[in-house]
Amino acid sequence: MGRYIVRRLLQAIPLLFLISLILFVLMQNMGDPLATMGGRHVTRSSDRERLARQLGLDKPVLVQYVYWLIGNDWTWIDMDGDGVAETPGTRRGVLRGDFGMSLVSRRPALEVIGERLPNTLLLMLTSEAVIIIGALVIGIYSALRQYSIIDHLVTAISFVGYSMPIFFIALLSIYIFAVYFKRWGLPYLPTVGMFDPAVGKTPAQVAWHMVLPIFSLAFIYFAAYSRYIRSSMLEVMSQDYIRTARAKGLHNPTIVLVHALKNASLPIVTVVGLDLPFLLGGAIVTERIFAWPGMGRLFLDHLSRSDTPVVMGILMMIAVAVVIFQILTDITYAWLDPRIRYR
Amino acid sequence: MSASEANIPFLELSTQETEPPPLTLRELFWRRFRRHKMAIAGVVTLILIILYSVGGAFFLSEAYSNHTDTSIRLQAPSAAHPFGTDTVGRDVLARTIYGGQISLLIGLSAMVVEVIIGITVGALAGYYGGLLDSILMRVTEAFLVIPQIFLLLVMAKFYAGEITNITLLGRTFSGSVIVIVLIIGATSWMYLARIVRAEFLSIKEREYILAARATGTNNFQIILSHILPNSIAPIVVSATLSIANAITTEAYISFLGLGVQPPTATWGNMLEGAYNYVESAPWLWIFPGLFIVLTVLSINFVGDGLRDALDPRALAK
Repeated sequence: MGRYIVRRLLQAIPLLFLISLILFVLMQNMGDPLATMGGRHVTRSSDRERLARQLGLDKPVLVQYVYWLIGNDWTWIDMDGDGVAETPGTRRGVLRGDFGMSLVSRRPALEVIGERLPNTLLLMLTSEAVIIIGALVIGIYSALRQYSIIDHLVTAISFVGYSMPIFFIALLSIYIFAVYFKRWGLPYLPTVGMFDPAVGKTPAQVAWHMVLPIFSLAFIYFAAYSRYIRSSMLEVMSQDYIRTARAKGLHNPTIVLVHALKNASLPIVTVVGLDLPFLLGGAIVTERIFAWPGMGRLFLDHLSRSDTPVVMGILMMIAVAVVIFQILTDITYAWLDPRIRYR
Repeated sequence: MSASEANIPFLELSTQETEPPPLTLRELFWRRFRRHKMAIAGVVTLILIILYSVGGAFFLSEAYSNHTDTSIRLQAPSAAHPFGTDTVGRDVLARTIYGGQISLLIGLSAMVVEVIIGITVGALAGYYGGLLDSILMRVTEAFLVIPQIFLLLVMAKFYAGEITNITLLGRTFSGSVIVIVLIIGATSWMYLARIVRAEFLSIKEREYILAARATGTNNFQIILSHILPNSIAPIVVSATLSIANAITTEAYISFLGLGVQPPTATWGNMLEGAYNYVESAPWLWIFPGLFIVLTVLSINFVGDGLRDALDPRALAK
C-alpha cells in the first residue's frame, strides 16, 4: 500500500508539470493585463513598456514559465530598460510556495485566494453533506421499496434534475422562494451575498443566505447520487450473504445499514472522490447567480482581467486536489473491500 | 423482385411453417428501443423541437429576431409578442427559434468534434499500446484533472479576440459559434477516448482480428473496418449523451458571457444577464431555459433507450 501511494504520487508529478505548462501558455496569450491598469486613463506606451518590463511580461513565454515555476531570485533582471540586467529577482516560484503577485490587486496571489477559499468551502462542503445524506436516505429507500410510488417519483425527478442546467433551477428557485414568497407575504429567502449588511455577518445570517444556493446544487446532484446508491444497493441486496444474514435472524436495519451499505458504497465513494476536489473551485455559475464571494467568482473576475498568478493558482490548487483525492479514493476502496490489493 | 418472389411460393410457405427468420440487427434494435417508452417520448419531443426551430424560420425572419426596438423593451408576453420582448426590444419567440437552430447545431457539431478526437485518441492508444498508449493516456488524464468549465473559460477567453463574422448560406453567424464548437469538442473527448480504448483493447485480441492480420490486412483497415464497427454501440450511446452535454455546456459559457456573441442568438446567450430580471421579466429566462431543459431531457431519454437497445447482453423480447 505504501509503495503504491508513493508510486502514484511520483506519477502525478510529470502530469502536473504538463498541465501547468499548457495552462500557462494559454493564459499568456489571453489578453492584456496592462490594458486595465491605468484605470480610466489610457495607459501611455512608455508606461506600458516599463510596466511590462517590471512585471516580467516582456519575456518569452517559456522564460516567464520558468520564473513562475522556480522563481527568479537566482538571476538578474533588467528594471530600467537599458538592456543591462542589474536588479536581483525577488520571486521564489511556485515550487517554493510563491504564487506571485496578483496583477490586479498587487497582493500575493495566495493571500487573494486564501480570502475566498473559506467561503467556498463553507458553501460546498455543506452542500456536499446535504447531498450525500439526502441521497443515501432516498437511494436506500427506493432500493428497498423498488417500483413503489416514491421510487418512480424519485426516478422521474432525478432524470429532470440530471438534465437541468444549474442556472435554470437557481433562477426558478429564486423566482419561487424569494419573489413569490415575498409577494404572498411569506418569509422569503435572501438571494444575494453572504449576509445582510444591515445585520452583519452572524452565523444565522450566513446560514439563511446559504439555503437557496444549497437547494439548487442539491437538486442537481441528488439525482445522480441517489441513482448510484439505488442501483448498487439493489445489486448488493440480492446477494447470498444478505440472505445468510437474514437467516441468522439479524435485525433489518443492521443488515441494510451495516452489511449491505458497506459493500454498496464502493461506487458512491468513487463519485464523491472525483467530485470533492472540484468543489474547491466552487460552482462558478451558482456563485455568480447568488453573488456568493467564493473561488468561482474570484476565478471569473481575475480571468477577465488576465491575472495569470491568481488564475494559475486556483487551477493548480484544483489539479493537486484532484490527484490527492484520486489516491484517497483508492485507499478508501481498499479499506471498504479488503479483496482489493494495490501493488 | 415481386415476380421472383411470386415464383417461389414453396420457400415462403416453408419458412412460415417452421420458425420465423432470425431478426436482423436493425429489427432487433427497433424491438428493444420501442419498449422504452420514455425514449420514444424523447424522440417525439426532439422532432417537435427541431420542427419548431427549423419550421419557425418560415414564419419569422432572422432579421426580425435581431430587430431591436427600445420603445417596446421588456414587454410582458402579449398577442404581438407571445414570449415577450427582451432588454433591447427583440422578440423572444423569434429568438428562441433562431437560438434553437444554433444551439442544436452547436450540440451536433461539438459532438462530431468530440467523437473524432475521442475515437482517434482511443483507437491509437488501444490498438498500438506501448509508449503511444502511455503518452496519450497521460494527456487524457491531464485534461481530466482540470474541471471542464474552468478549461472552457480559459480557452474561450484565449480565442475570444480573434474571430470575425462568417457568412454561410446567405446568413451571417458570429465566428464565436465555431470557436465554441471546437473548444467544447476539445474539452469533452476524454471519457469517449477511454471507452474506445477499452473496447479496442479487448477486441484486438479476438480471433477474427488475428485472421484479418494473417490475410495481410493493414493496420489502418483493421482499425477502421474490423474493430471500429464492432465497438460502435458504446460510441453511439456516449455520442448521443454528449449532444445534450454540449448544449448545456454552451449554455453555461454563454450564460457567463464568454460564449457565442450577439447578435447571433442561442438559448444560452439569451439567458446572459437574465438573472438581473429574475423578478421583473421572468419570460426572459423561462422560455429559453425550458427549451434547454426539454431538449437535454429528451436526448438523455433517447440515450438511455439506446443503451438498453444496443446492449448485446439485454434480451430481445
